[in-house]
Amino acid sequence: MTQASFWQNQAQAPKQTLAARIGDLAGGGVVGALAVGFCILLLAIAIFGPLTNLLLWTVAEQWYFPHTFPARYGFDFWARVFHPDGNAFVSLRYSLVIAVLTVIFCLSLAIPAGYALARLALPARALILLVFLVPQAFPNIPVHINIARVFYQLDLHGTVGAVVLVHTLHGMVYAVWIATAAFGAVDKTLEEAARDIGAGPIRTFFTITLPSAMPGIIASAIFVFLESLDEFTGTYFVGAPEITTLPMLMFRAGMEGNYQVASITALVLLVPSVLFMIVVERFLRADVLAAVGR
Amino acid sequence: MAQATAFYRTGLIMNASRFSGLLLVAPAVLFIAGLFVYPLSYSFIDAFTVAGDAGTRFSLANFVLAFELYGDDIVFTVLIVGLSAVLIASGAILIGGYITLGTNRFLVNAVRILYRWPLFIPFIVAAQCMRTFLAKNGLMNGVLIEMGMLTPLETTGFLDWRGIVITFVWKQLPFVALLVTGAMASLDRAGIEAARDLGAGRLRILWQIVVPQVMPTLIVALVLSIVTMMSVLSVPVMISGHSPTMMTVQMAFRVNAYHDYGTANALGVISYLITGLVAWIYLRRGVAGKGGEK
Repeated sequence: MTQASFWQNQAQAPKQTLAARIGDLAGGGVVGALAVGFCILLLAIAIFGPLTNLLLWTVAEQWYFPHTFPARYGFDFWARVFHPDGNAFVSLRYSLVIAVLTVIFCLSLAIPAGYALARLALPARALILLVFLVPQAFPNIPVHINIARVFYQLDLHGTVGAVVLVHTLHGMVYAVWIATAAFGAVDKTLEEAARDIGAGPIRTFFTITLPSAMPGIIASAIFVFLESLDEFTGTYFVGAPEITTLPMLMFRAGMEGNYQVASITALVLLVPSVLFMIVVERFLRADVLAAVGR
Repeated sequence: MAQATAFYRTGLIMNASRFSGLLLVAPAVLFIAGLFVYPLSYSFIDAFTVAGDAGTRFSLANFVLAFELYGDDIVFTVLIVGLSAVLIASGAILIGGYITLGTNRFLVNAVRILYRWPLFIPFIVAAQCMRTFLAKNGLMNGVLIEMGMLTPLETTGFLDWRGIVITFVWKQLPFVALLVTGAMASLDRAGIEAARDLGAGRLRILWQIVVPQVMPTLIVALVLSIVTMMSVLSVPVMISGHSPTMMTVQMAFRVNAYHDYGTANALGVISYLITGLVAWIYLRRGVAGKGGEK
């Protein structure tokens, strides 16, 4: 197309006012689009304002009134927090050990239960599924208080095992429900084919069923891991003061007014959560997600 | 005869499968019984008994003391959770409604990407963000002063009931909005298109057609949110620990400072009753809704 004919075509097109053209672009009235855009901007500020504030605190060496922004930036506090003898490494180790043990314990209970709930004839199946939700349906502080007391009597209070047990309690609903949905989504004909060519039920489970359900199981493991990593209240009642996980370290630093240390610890906790939010859809297929809780 | 044997054999297999199913589910269910039901029973027993010279006996003294000392906190908790729930519901309807009915693809995607950020952020991190963001000399007031919207003399800190409500809404809105948006996405578009053809405005479509249909999802999400807000200790402690404060803080205080499990558990039972009441309203609505459909 030559330059001339291009302009000719343009001229032939029906004339539009500028407002109508912008309106078409925006898919609605100009005023409406601008108002909505402004609301979205406010939403963005409301969501990211507090997070920006946290990020600023992690690199603020000096920040006092009346400065709107930090007076001096630097990574001194990072060096202090991540000093090899610092509290952060102790807390990080506690957090990771507890989270990994929680995942192992939780899945060792949830995988058999999920398989049975998805595949085997069970009386009162819906009720059993509901049982795992109930701990999340009660305000849990009074429960934590009483677990702590039972643990005192058993001499379990303030141990890694006690914290793992409490974290497992909260992880159970994710682990069992997602595992049930994942096993439910496994193609039955594959299992039947394996049985037909002579594989036993246990071999079929480990070579066909479990690998097929693996993405869902991994998703539930991540849920349980994050739940454990972020858990505060239970650890506070059954673990404090001996077990100082990252949330406990953050809480103590925050309450002592040491905002830099609290913010750096908070950021360490934030990263896995945000990463998971971004990748969650890759692990949880829509058909598994839709079957959760059924 | 052959038929009878086959029938007998299927029966046997069914029974065997039922037995192994129960065997696989049992560890998980027993775990919940030991770590949740058992401590929960303690919470009721302790709340309704006092230890005297003649042994433990039934008494309502703990509740009398709980109401006397913490009556204000109970009212405060109900108001904070109620206000947060109303704000969360309105926000979720607006966000879900815009994603469902919005015509501008770009803005709809912007909202879709924006709103979920706080979803997996731990409460304790949210509390730390808000604690510094909303303070009298925090970033929010600082920026408002820089923009000329406030003078330094006009600033007030939000670290009281408002801070708790803001943090709860910030953290819980994405969860409720996610569920509500999902429910709205699976609605039959025909009704919406028909109303649009008849010239109904978007707000009217949202209010009269979309919202009534997603009501069950909205209420389930709100009940779960309310339970969560009734369980969080870190937010009220870190945002505003002084009296009146939320029941969760007072329960922890009663146990940590006085080893007074009676009053703490009485407060616990009151918090069960409050959430139970909310759940009961939901169930009654559900039954009424089903009756209406017939």
